[in-house]
Amino acid sequence: MPPTSSSAASSRPTLPRRAAIVGANRIPFARSNGAYARASNQDMLTSALDGLVARFGLAGERLGEVAAGAVLKHSRDFNLTRESVLGSRLSAATPTYDVQQACGTSLQTAVLVANKIALGQIESGIAAGVDTTSDAPIEVNDELRRVLLAANRAKSTAGVLKALAGLRPGQIVPEIPANREPRTGMAMGEHAAQTAAAWGISRTAQDEITVASHQNLAAAYERGFFDDLMTPYLGLTRDNNLRADSTLEGLAKLKPVFKPAGYPDTEATMTAANSTPLTDGAATVLLASDEWAAERNLPVLAHVVDAETAAVDYVHGDEGLLMAPAYAVPRMLERNGLTLQDFDFYEFHEAFASTILATFAAWEDPIFCKERLGLDEPLGSFDRAKLNVVGSSLATGHPFAATGARIVPTLAKLLHEKGSGRGLISICAAGGQGVVAILEA
Amino acid sequence: MSNDWYSDFVNSGFGKAIAGQVGLPPVPQLRRYEPGQPLLSGPALLGTATADGRVAKVVRSLLTDLGIEVHDDPNAAVGGGSSSSKVAAGIIDATGLSGPADLAEVQAFLTPVMRRIGPSGRILVIGDVPAEATSPAVRAARRALEGLVRSAGKEARYGATVNLVHVADDAVGADLESTLRFFLSSRSAFVHGQRLDVGTVPGFSGSSQGVDWDRPLAGRTAVVTGAARGIGATVASTLRRDGATVICVDVPSAGDALARTANDIGGSALQLDITADHAPATLLDHAQRHGGLDIVVHNAGITRDKLLANQDRDRWNSVIDVNLNAQLAINDALLGSEVFHRGGRIVTVSSMAGIAGNRGQTSYGASKAGVIGMVDATAPLLVEKDATINAVAPGFIETAMTKAMPVGTREAGRRLSSMTQGGLPVDVAETIAWFAQGASYAVNGQVLRVDGQNFLGA
Ligand SMILES: NC(=O)c1ccc[n+]([C@@H]2O[C@H](COP(=O)([O-])OP(=O)(O)OC[C@H]3O[C@@H](n4cnc5c(N)ncnc54)[C@H](O)[C@@H]3O)[C@@H](O)[C@H]2O)c1
Repeated sequence: MPPTSSSAASSRPTLPRRAAIVGANRIPFARSNGAYARASNQDMLTSALDGLVARFGLAGERLGEVAAGAVLKHSRDFNLTRESVLGSRLSAATPTYDVQQACGTSLQTAVLVANKIALGQIESGIAAGVDTTSDAPIEVNDELRRVLLAANRAKSTAGVLKALAGLRPGQIVPEIPANREPRTGMAMGEHAAQTAAAWGISRTAQDEITVASHQNLAAAYERGFFDDLMTPYLGLTRDNNLRADSTLEGLAKLKPVFKPAGYPDTEATMTAANSTPLTDGAATVLLASDEWAAERNLPVLAHVVDAETAAVDYVHGDEGLLMAPAYAVPRMLERNGLTLQDFDFYEFHEAFASTILATFAAWEDPIFCKERLGLDEPLGSFDRAKLNVVGSSLATGHPFAATGARIVPTLAKLLHEKGSGRGLISICAAGGQGVVAILEA
Repeated sequence: MSNDWYSDFVNSGFGKAIAGQVGLPPVPQLRRYEPGQPLLSGPALLGTATADGRVAKVVRSLLTDLGIEVHDDPNAAVGGGSSSSKVAAGIIDATGLSGPADLAEVQAFLTPVMRRIGPSGRILVIGDVPAEATSPAVRAARRALEGLVRSAGKEARYGATVNLVHVADDAVGADLESTLRFFLSSRSAFVHGQRLDVGTVPGFSGSSQGVDWDRPLAGRTAVVTGAARGIGATVASTLRRDGATVICVDVPSAGDALARTANDIGGSALQLDITADHAPATLLDHAQRHGGLDIVVHNAGITRDKLLANQDRDRWNSVIDVNLNAQLAINDALLGSEVFHRGGRIVTVSSMAGIAGNRGQTSYGASKAGVIGMVDATAPLLVEKDATINAVAPGFIETAMTKAMPVGTREAGRRLSSMTQGGLPVDVAETIAWFAQGASYAVNGQVLRVDGQNFLGA
């Protein structure tokens, strides 16, 4: 026999293969400065991981990897995921890394973990995300930072004093992170308002999306949908942003904000209800090869079929900040030979109700589809009854980096309950990016 | 320090002196089980009441195989000491009684034993099942043992226990092994003044050959309901200690505590309201992850106390649903499913309140008495699966629930028992773990109080 590595080669599965979604755990999401005001990202992520470990009996197990991230992150948390895993019940031999892609973070980590599983590099992994707007990092402003660094570099006491003598009261004002785009200086809501105006999205249509989100989430809780997707945390057993009694009449009374700049004739349509509130929380999802799941008699809820990330030029081009999914979806559909109508469930992250409505409007618009997407036919519309059937971000809240790991298992479980089918996930993200994916059961 | 200040006080040096002078009841420190602990901490006395005794032989070989010093004469000098040296156990084979006259032999053996029994010692009387006797004199003698044991229990001190085991005609000595080990060891620390029948449900089969007595549940999968806290959390860790893989069940709202219980013992957490329609199916489905189920512990329970005069239907039903209906529904599913393995064990938690009743607890008392009825009727149904069902009926157990009681009620609960203290969750858990052993195959349809011989309903 020639000295080949045939035995090593034969232990490799047939590749690529589809990664399975086995299950998930998240903590209830909490409105900012509320139930989790004193919890750090690391606390929340560790707790969410431990709930997942308990659900699947993984205490002491070494997994292929844990990929997670946070958007609002302290500099001391540079190794947030590693520190969380070390504090969790997982084996300390489980490798980790941090990813940061704004609101797309934990859909992207799910894609990364799934891809490694597909390539046979790992057999199992956890994708996760966490964010806190209550324990957000506060930075000293740039001026103060320069003075302090200069003082630190000074060799003599006199040098230190000289450097510090340069301090001015105005420099001591801390910078609290704001939900603003660095390149436009505009709040995300201001961007969204412009997009809503450009696509003529009505206040009522936005409120309808909002009411549906709350009612669907409330009904899902009532039927125990989250019993195996969530573990209580710090006294919270449900997302506390949920308003089960939301009605169109009630929402109509709210005062709109974000008058769209550049649209003098358009009224403001966005309100505190049809925009997601600042939220704290963490979410995790367990992915694996079918073999790994089968060895442990664990369920396979669904498989990851494909994913796509797009980015748009919202700075110099005239595309909306949150419109990247409008580009990502058709590219992914084409690669898979699918149409927009070929899905049983549509899970669209509701950053703002207007965001998803603008995306849907764009797909129904022949000019947009021709000029921006290069399509002869518009993508068209789909059955809205299949949209966010167990609620989405408007009701759950949206701890930025945790949203993908909330949506992936939600869709996987819906598909599993149905027995078979296909679902589409779409998440828009700051910086003009968007991450989308297809799951099948 | 425990949370029992009285016990801490009378056991302190100063407290002991004061308590002795003013006649406060002593609170014995009970010896409790730790892995690797020898079955008995000293010599044993083993008597036989009649020439027809049929279990002394197996008791003797069990003890001598374990290297325990055994004497037939209750007045023998032991351990290189004298005829008054302390012993760890006194066991009398009182099977084969032909009438009340034979009871004098039992007395003759137990009188020196009562004087010699050491702290946390074990006095065990083994007799025949009264109901299996047709002769009035024989049945009277057999039944008399129960009165003797329950009274002796009230005289025993320093944590010694006195218990009675009935052996059915169908049972042979080997069928007794796990029961002997339980009652002699410190696993039964808070089981006192009680009676247990072995082999009374016909058709049992099983074996205690090759059991690893340090890990008697090795390789078994167990479900414990209400495992987030209290007694259930301790049951889960005790079953784990004995080798089982444990699925911990509790309501979704207790999920964070449940996750801690599960992770602490390398088990899995299942957030499930056992009263949900889908609960039995969900439970069996989850158990398939572990290749099926061997042990189910129905521990979840609630109280919604109200005087009967003020009772209302919803409150009433909520207690009956959790404490009784949910168990019935799960048992039905277990009986009809291959997922519940041959040789399976169901253990349920009744309560002293289900036997003696308790003011304000009509719903709770009803549910816990109902559990006993359920055990009675289910036991014969399980025989064809070589499975068993048994119940523990805890008395006053120190948990968060009892900590919240008014001081007077709490103190009465503790002191009005032969042990003059509350039990610990682990005392209930040890009893459950013993029922759950494969080697306990002949123990079926039993209700055992774990209550330090509480005076209520005794
Ligand atoms: N503590 C005592 O002194 C004592 C005495 C006698 C009997 N008991 C019995 O022992 C058992 C445990 O008692 P404990 O003192 O640990 O009580 P506990 O209240 O501390 O624990 C009971 C657990 O059961 C869970 N539970 C309640 N309803 C449930 C449902 N529908 N589905 C799933 N889980 C549910 C609860 O969430 C809780 O975690 C109960 O059956 C109780 O009646 C206790």
